[in-house]
Amino acid sequence: MERETMHRLLRDMLLARVFEERAAEEYTKRNIAGFLHLYPGEEAVAAGVLNAASPADYIVSTYREHAHALVRGVPPGKVMAELFGRADGMSGGMGGSMHMFDRERRFMGGYAIVGESCPIGVGIAYSIAMRALPEAVICFFGDGAVNQGAFHEALNMAGLWHLPILFVCENNHYAIGTEVHRHSAVPELYKRVAAYNIPAEKIDGMDVLKVYDATRHALARIRRGGGPQFIECETYRYRGHSMADPDSYRPAVELKAYQAHDPLSAAIRNLEFRYPSPEELAAAGPDGISRLAQHMVDAGHVHEAEVEALKNDVQKIVDDAVQFAAASPPPTMDAAWRALNCNRHQEVLI
Amino acid sequence: MAQEMLYWQALNRAMDIEMEEDDSVFVLGEDVGLYGGSYRVTDGLYAKYGEWRVRDTPISEGGFTGVGVGAALVGMRPIVEIMTINFAMLALDSIVNGAAKISLMSGGQFPVGLVVRVPGGAAHQLAAQHAQRLEQMFMNVPGLRIAVPSTPQDAYWQLRQAIASDEPIVVLEHELLYFVKGMVDIVAEPPPMHRAAVRRPGKDLTIVSYSRMALLAQEAAAELAKEGIDAEVIDLRSLKPIDWDTCATSINKTHRLLVVEEDCRFAGAGAEMLASLTERCFFSFDAPPQRLAGLDIPTPYNGALEAASIPRVADIVDAARTLCKPAQKAAE
Ligand SMILES: Cc1ncc(C[n+]2csc(CCOP(=O)(O)OP(=O)(O)O)c2C)c(N)n1
Ligand SMILES: [Mg+2]
Repeated sequence: MERETMHRLLRDMLLARVFEERAAEEYTKRNIAGFLHLYPGEEAVAAGVLNAASPADYIVSTYREHAHALVRGVPPGKVMAELFGRADGMSGGMGGSMHMFDRERRFMGGYAIVGESCPIGVGIAYSIAMRALPEAVICFFGDGAVNQGAFHEALNMAGLWHLPILFVCENNHYAIGTEVHRHSAVPELYKRVAAYNIPAEKIDGMDVLKVYDATRHALARIRRGGGPQFIECETYRYRGHSMADPDSYRPAVELKAYQAHDPLSAAIRNLEFRYPSPEELAAAGPDGISRLAQHMVDAGHVHEAEVEALKNDVQKIVDDAVQFAAASPPPTMDAAWRALNCNRHQEVLI
Repeated sequence: MAQEMLYWQALNRAMDIEMEEDDSVFVLGEDVGLYGGSYRVTDGLYAKYGEWRVRDTPISEGGFTGVGVGAALVGMRPIVEIMTINFAMLALDSIVNGAAKISLMSGGQFPVGLVVRVPGGAAHQLAAQHAQRLEQMFMNVPGLRIAVPSTPQDAYWQLRQAIASDEPIVVLEHELLYFVKGMVDIVAEPPPMHRAAVRRPGKDLTIVSYSRMALLAQEAAAELAKEGIDAEVIDLRSLKPIDWDTCATSINKTHRLLVVEEDCRFAGAGAEMLASLTERCFFSFDAPPQRLAGLDIPTPYNGALEAASIPRVADIVDAARTLCKPAQKAAE
């Protein structure tokens, strides 16, 4: 892989990490309100997938989408301004954390209804196929979404009509407080896709190079007319589900409840497959980001000083983003009405 | 016998007592068990009753609400918690085509004693997909009952009544009310579930409201009193059926009606109230009855815009003042 790509991956992940940690800080300062779902721990997915995409591809995402927007190239100031609810935000301050859109970058929105991104992505893919364009759709959703009817209905149609869409499951092991094996009868989520004639694989979503490669190959298959593809990225979020989540369920409470109710099945589960706890992850050493940095250092691609410089750059970018957001004016009610009518003015149909 | 409780604790207590008394009562929903409920309402029940009676479901609203309907058909008393009303969209088929209709379709053989608990309302900048009310969506469905408690006492009473009932009942809980405190009498005999409550007697106008807006209406009435306007505030407590008699009695005394709702104005709950009460009370009105409602716009994320899109106390005061103006002039 070219040195340049590796740099970009690292930079994007660092930016996402620093941006999100700063967003958490701004939330506690009450500059950001509402539900705020952060991405630390999962950066390798956004960076790996979106760096493999072409500018002509469409992105559909969830409420945990700030990093997707950043990697896609949306100026960090516009992302932060949206979190601040300001007029210069991606959605003019109307959508907030969970509803970021950018027409120019084909960033087709963050959606807060679990599973909703799938049929919307299929609709875009249908339009692409109808016009026989070389573009593709990249559709993000969490592990929790695979239990929605909309997910299965969307996958079936994508498979049936052979549509150019890449489904990316960000499996961070939890749907809020419910761990995968407690919400899915088949806990290896990619296997649930077998019913729809869609090639599916599970990859290490903590390893950005693997994510990048898998995505490139999947998109190449799509562009060769191979139809929909599915990648399950195993990852982990370091923070609670949202800033409102006390995050008390992992792992102490959960472990206790399991031990109290069913120690046997827990033991069996551990034999079959296991997800690392945050402690284990920490003990196991570096996460996706530092792993990449190490890889690059080891491979002689980068010096530690360069990594430090990159960190400083990113810090500056995020500081500037906050300044930009804070300086942006609030939107007006008039802007809200105009937005509702997509700037068409109020048409009165009588 | 009364004790002070938060709204969520009152709901929790109601479920706990019903679950203890009747082992056919069970709860299902997302994160209701291990996690303790996203608004804590089911806190402690999982530890006490175990996973079969407090079931964590996948994010499959259409599916697990249907599961509730199926269980109700064989005499169980399921309480389905839909995390917020925004996701009830996905459960509408089970509620509307299932729960509401099976009793009639079966010629009365199968009552559906299902409770669907749904938090809703605009909370703090949760944006368009998380700030809906949507009560009118259920009001138009024959076969359902809708409870809209605004106090911990009503939350306790109405949820217990809903669980004990053989009818499908939607309990709309307001997200901003969960941490409101109030006295709850555990053993007192409750009024009928659909009986409206006159929260404040008055003679100049009738303000009809429900859920969180009923609290704002009471605040507005206190403001109005300072200006010499004596508002009677009615908290409906139930949106289906609606206690028209209590409303009509009040209007026949005050001759003025203001309906306050958080939901959007067009074809909303207030439209039904104005229509039905105008039919009943047309000749006693001294002024055209009015609605104060949310704007017909998806809720913007920005805090100031969100606040401007739903009625505030000052808006209620203004609307009441305007409604009373002609009479005050006439009296001068
Ligand atoms: C239809 C629907 N039901 C419930 C919710 C509430 N909710 C928001 S996020 C979430 C968990 C989703 O988990 P997952 O899909 O794994 O995504 P993650 O948050 O882990 O990225 C739930 C239940 C929702 N937004 N939409
Ligand atoms: Mg998840």
